[in-house]
Amino acid sequence: MLNWLQFLGRGGLDFFERLGRGHMFIVRVSAGLPGLFLQPRLVIQQLFSVGVLSLQIIAISGLTVGMVLGLQMYNTLVDFGAEDSLGPVVALSLVRELGPVLAALLFAGRAGSALTAEIGLMKATEQLSGMEMMAVDPIKRVVAPRFLAGAISLPLLAAIFSAIGILGSYFVGIGLLGVDSGAFWSQMQAKVDVQEDILNGVLKSIAFGVVATWIAVFEGYDAVPTTEGVSRATTRTVVHTAFAVLGLDFVLTALMFGGE
Amino acid sequence: MSDFDGNGCVGNGDALVRIRDLRFCHGPRVILDGVDIDIPRGKVTTIMGPSGTGKTTLLRLIGGQLKPEAGSIVVDGKNVPTLSRKELYRLRRRMGMMFQSGALFTDLSVFDNVAFPLREHTELPEEIIRDLVLMKLHAVGLRGARDLMPAELSGGMARRVALARAIALDPMMVMYDEPFTGQDPITVGVIMQLIRRLNDNLGLTSVVVSHDVKEVSAISDCIYLISNGEVVAKGGPDKLKSSGSAWAYQFLNAQPDGPVPFHYPAVGYKEDLMADES
Ligand SMILES: Nc1ncnc2c1ncn2[C@@H]1O[C@H](COP(=O)(O)OP(=O)(O)O)[C@@H](O)[C@H]1O
Ligand SMILES: [Mg+2]
Repeated sequence: MLNWLQFLGRGGLDFFERLGRGHMFIVRVSAGLPGLFLQPRLVIQQLFSVGVLSLQIIAISGLTVGMVLGLQMYNTLVDFGAEDSLGPVVALSLVRELGPVLAALLFAGRAGSALTAEIGLMKATEQLSGMEMMAVDPIKRVVAPRFLAGAISLPLLAAIFSAIGILGSYFVGIGLLGVDSGAFWSQMQAKVDVQEDILNGVLKSIAFGVVATWIAVFEGYDAVPTTEGVSRATTRTVVHTAFAVLGLDFVLTALMFGGE
Repeated sequence: MSDFDGNGCVGNGDALVRIRDLRFCHGPRVILDGVDIDIPRGKVTTIMGPSGTGKTTLLRLIGGQLKPEAGSIVVDGKNVPTLSRKELYRLRRRMGMMFQSGALFTDLSVFDNVAFPLREHTELPEEIIRDLVLMKLHAVGLRGARDLMPAELSGGMARRVALARAIALDPMMVMYDEPFTGQDPITVGVIMQLIRRLNDNLGLTSVVVSHDVKEVSAISDCIYLISNGEVVAKGGPDKLKSSGSAWAYQFLNAQPDGPVPFHYPAVGYKEDLMADES
């Protein structure tokens, strides 16, 4: 029993200590952001490896999720004779929820884990120490551009996910199931509100982008500098991002849509 | 300091790095305790000692990457542990360090690795950077390897590139962490010669961490032997050999047992064997 308490106490302390370090870290990273205006090349490079290279998985997942959504929703809606509402139903699910959340989870698996592994390996091979000894701050030179690129990329990826998802449901709904194309688009246009739905979805994905990239770069920078340490850190990135995104999603949804 | 003035070691005079009463711990473990070291300007000084005694730690302390528990590390008149971040970074521009692994940036070519400190710290136009990089690469014999990526280099070449990068900003001092470890004899010879030649031609001060006795004796002006967190012997290479110190004897003659015990501390052998398994 006492052992158990001890275990719990130590776990709690470790948790809060890491949380504290994570916050101090993000403060230092933020301090490095203004300097990036002078070196936009660094950010552009990272936008490519973090954002552009994630496009493929985002596009394919968006398409299949949209297609499945189209099928499932159609089957329910048709019972009520409401299959003309397929457009808004699919669009709202994607823009409000599935786009930001699924894009963030895929982003953690594709880009977040790569960021953690890259930074962790740079640490393990003394590249970060070497940089420090050359009087270059690795937080400014290595971490800050990656953080910024991740935070910019995810909202864009989420938007692409939703857009392709809507196309996917369009193909299924109109091509296979015979929903009226005009109704699909016009209903969507009428029911999806820019402020209420799209803006809130974008805000969500911005929050997810910051959190997912923060976790990824912190885990890399904080990794135990050994092979095993880096592999653990990579796993942690994916798991912690999933928890953080899903938890944050509930909170944000409650705040944004809870009072309707 | 009576035994410390022969064979190229300075007396009390001109030390670029002056370490006094240095104490450093990793958590509960004391790594360095009461270390005094003088690194003479313009000379090659070697820090020798068994693995795990804190040689790398010592270099990191000199470079200001770690903070000591107590003591002073004065580099060119500045006490490193008390420097602000900005002052520390200014000082580091005048120190080069070659890490044990080379620490080359794996995503940059040889050329870009050597150009990195120049691009970060100077506003020089690209043509001049090119000339400087080629000069540094020429000095280590790798001008022809400029377009290779670090993964394509042999271990010895990687260290030479790291050396070219370390001297890119024309530092006053270069620190080498185990430059010979794991290299073939030819490479060892090349690196030895480079350390000595660059030191003399560029007017550097060199600090070499190593446990390769023969190599180090050949190129060092001054040797410090550290063990168990203390300096146990010091002096020029010849002086050290004839010093009569049991530490120096064990180390320089590669004896398995002596002041550095063969056995990791343990309870008595017999006691241990007789102990109940459970
Ligand atoms: N981050 C760390 N935490 C705890 N102990 C460490 C850490 N880094 C090094 N040590 C310990 O400090 C001692 C000195 O390490 P190091 O300076 O690398 O030795 P050397 O370079 O002489 O082989 C080693 O015994 C090592 O186990
Ligand atoms: Mg070492």
